[in-house]
Amino acid sequence: MNDSNTHNSTPAQLTARKTADDTLTVFLSGKWTLDQPLPDIIELKKALTADNAVRTLSFDTQTLQEWDSGLLVFLIKARDLASSRNLTQNLNIDLSGLPDGAKRLFQLTTAVPKREGAEKSDTREPFLAKTGGAVINIAGSFKEMLDFIGDASIALLKFMTGRATYRSSDLFLIIQECGVEALAIVTLISVLIGLILAFVGAIQLAMFGAQVYVADLVAIAMLREMGAMMTGIIMAGRTGAAFAAQLGTMQVNEEIDALKTLGLQPMEFLVLPRMLALILMMPLLCIYSDLMGVLGGAVVGIGAFDITPVQYFEQTRGSVHLSHFLLGVVKSIIFGIVIALAGCQRGMNCGRSATAVGYAATSAVVTAIVIIIALDGLFAVITNILGV
Amino acid sequence: MDPKTAHITVRNLTMAYGDFVLMEDISFTIFRGDIFIIMGGSGCGKSTLLKILVGLKSPATGSVTIDDLNFWEVTPGERGKIMRRFGILYQSGALWSSLTLADNIALPLEQYTDLNKKQIREVASYKLALVGLTGFEDYYPSEISGGMRKRAGLARAMALDPDILFFDEPSAGLDPVSAKLLDDLILELRDSLGTTLVVVTHELPSIFAIGTNSVFLDVETKTMSASGDPNALLKECKDPNVRSFLTRGRE
Repeated sequence: MNDSNTHNSTPAQLTARKTADDTLTVFLSGKWTLDQPLPDIIELKKALTADNAVRTLSFDTQTLQEWDSGLLVFLIKARDLASSRNLTQNLNIDLSGLPDGAKRLFQLTTAVPKREGAEKSDTREPFLAKTGGAVINIAGSFKEMLDFIGDASIALLKFMTGRATYRSSDLFLIIQECGVEALAIVTLISVLIGLILAFVGAIQLAMFGAQVYVADLVAIAMLREMGAMMTGIIMAGRTGAAFAAQLGTMQVNEEIDALKTLGLQPMEFLVLPRMLALILMMPLLCIYSDLMGVLGGAVVGIGAFDITPVQYFEQTRGSVHLSHFLLGVVKSIIFGIVIALAGCQRGMNCGRSATAVGYAATSAVVTAIVIIIALDGLFAVITNILGV
Repeated sequence: MDPKTAHITVRNLTMAYGDFVLMEDISFTIFRGDIFIIMGGSGCGKSTLLKILVGLKSPATGSVTIDDLNFWEVTPGERGKIMRRFGILYQSGALWSSLTLADNIALPLEQYTDLNKKQIREVASYKLALVGLTGFEDYYPSEISGGMRKRAGLARAMALDPDILFFDEPSAGLDPVSAKLLDDLILELRDSLGTTLVVVTHELPSIFAIGTNSVFLDVETKTMSASGDPNALLKECKDPNVRSFLTRGRE
């Protein structure tokens, strides 16, 4: 492919000269490889436009030392240039002067004619069309979500009447994954949240000499709000994303198709156990998180603000009502359903590529967290109106 | 051969994704015991046709009749019952990655038979042995090679002794010897169990070795351009695209 003296190679050069009345010859010399700068096609363009008598383009490569795809790219550009020139007659390209290999490769690029409409058009859509398209997309995804919630409810109903088909071994495995295995991170986050609440509260309360009420603050905040919400957010990031990625990958691998064609409903077989596991585990994790949060608060109250353990315990017991505790637990069950639905829906509707799986996981987490926070706000308003 | 009875009949089928029509006006009949080849160039809709036949995608228009039942007009429950008589080998195997090979084969058996655990395990071992995977019962799909995964997928497809076996590109990614063994296995299944086989493929050696009936989907005309025994097509068919396909572009 290359000539002998590659050691003292010269840079690629291009000169165009008329060698006959209607022939323009392009002299290629030096090293035409991609690893060095190649001459611009503009030289050729100038020569072509300057003279309208030219009917044939030929090449002379006697001083060409080395070539690779760089030369071919140039040849294709030259061809496009020749065919785009405003001429009544077409410009012929004479390939006989080229190295044999380059000639064959060049002919290969023209062997399959360009398919009509194969190139993607980059026409700009008008603003209104874009907005309309976006709205239709949102409406479509809303309908998809509703469809999914409906199907999930039917599956849950079937489970309650004992007619759902799923593997109980799957259910236990998922319960383990989203129960016991989440304890460590829930412990860490909850204790820290308790600590932070206690610090923020105690500094303010100490101004009135009422630092003992930090126990009330931590206990009520943890039980009513933070316990459920923090477990919700942790589980959305941990388990919701895992659900979406698992189901998405199964979609990519045709594993879900294989279930469907076997007559098994993915809704019952895959979504139901995931939903059940979270409905069962979320309240337990929430209660655990409440406890850890109160413990974290106690560490600060007892350690930094001179409250005795007995005092802290009594104060906490006095402030907490069953309604606080139940509100948190009920919320955590609802959050569990939200996480499971968001994770499974994104996974089941995942596209068939690796990027789609990543997108599904991200979208599952974002959706779940947004809905959790919004619902929590809604709960705060409702309980305030009801006076709970 | 006995007088043939129709097993799957497709009439005037149109396949489309939304507004984009992939293929129109496809009609063919698959007889009991046929090895039916769906062939055609890349992107012509072979896999889509297979999806319609196995119940994963509904046709835009036209009918698919399986054993005298209109497959796409019966209730989903009825369709599920028909689908239970299918075995499908997917392009990538599509084994359930969270289950071992034995469990993959056991799952359909657990769902649709009254066998006990021990019997199911025995059946699973037998099916694995049939495809040359003796001793791999407790491996997970990610622990074996692509060709083995394909064979395990075949073992799963055969779990319930199906009436119709569908293959989506069975020999793609297999070495020539394994591909030949798979062809032999396909012929053996047909002869010993009377299974009807529907194979999507563009491997010419397989097409001529096993095919008894076929349909050719032409991506240019957006419809089928030939149907029948591939060996007969090679001799008689006049369509230039079919000839070019069957002769590897020589004609």
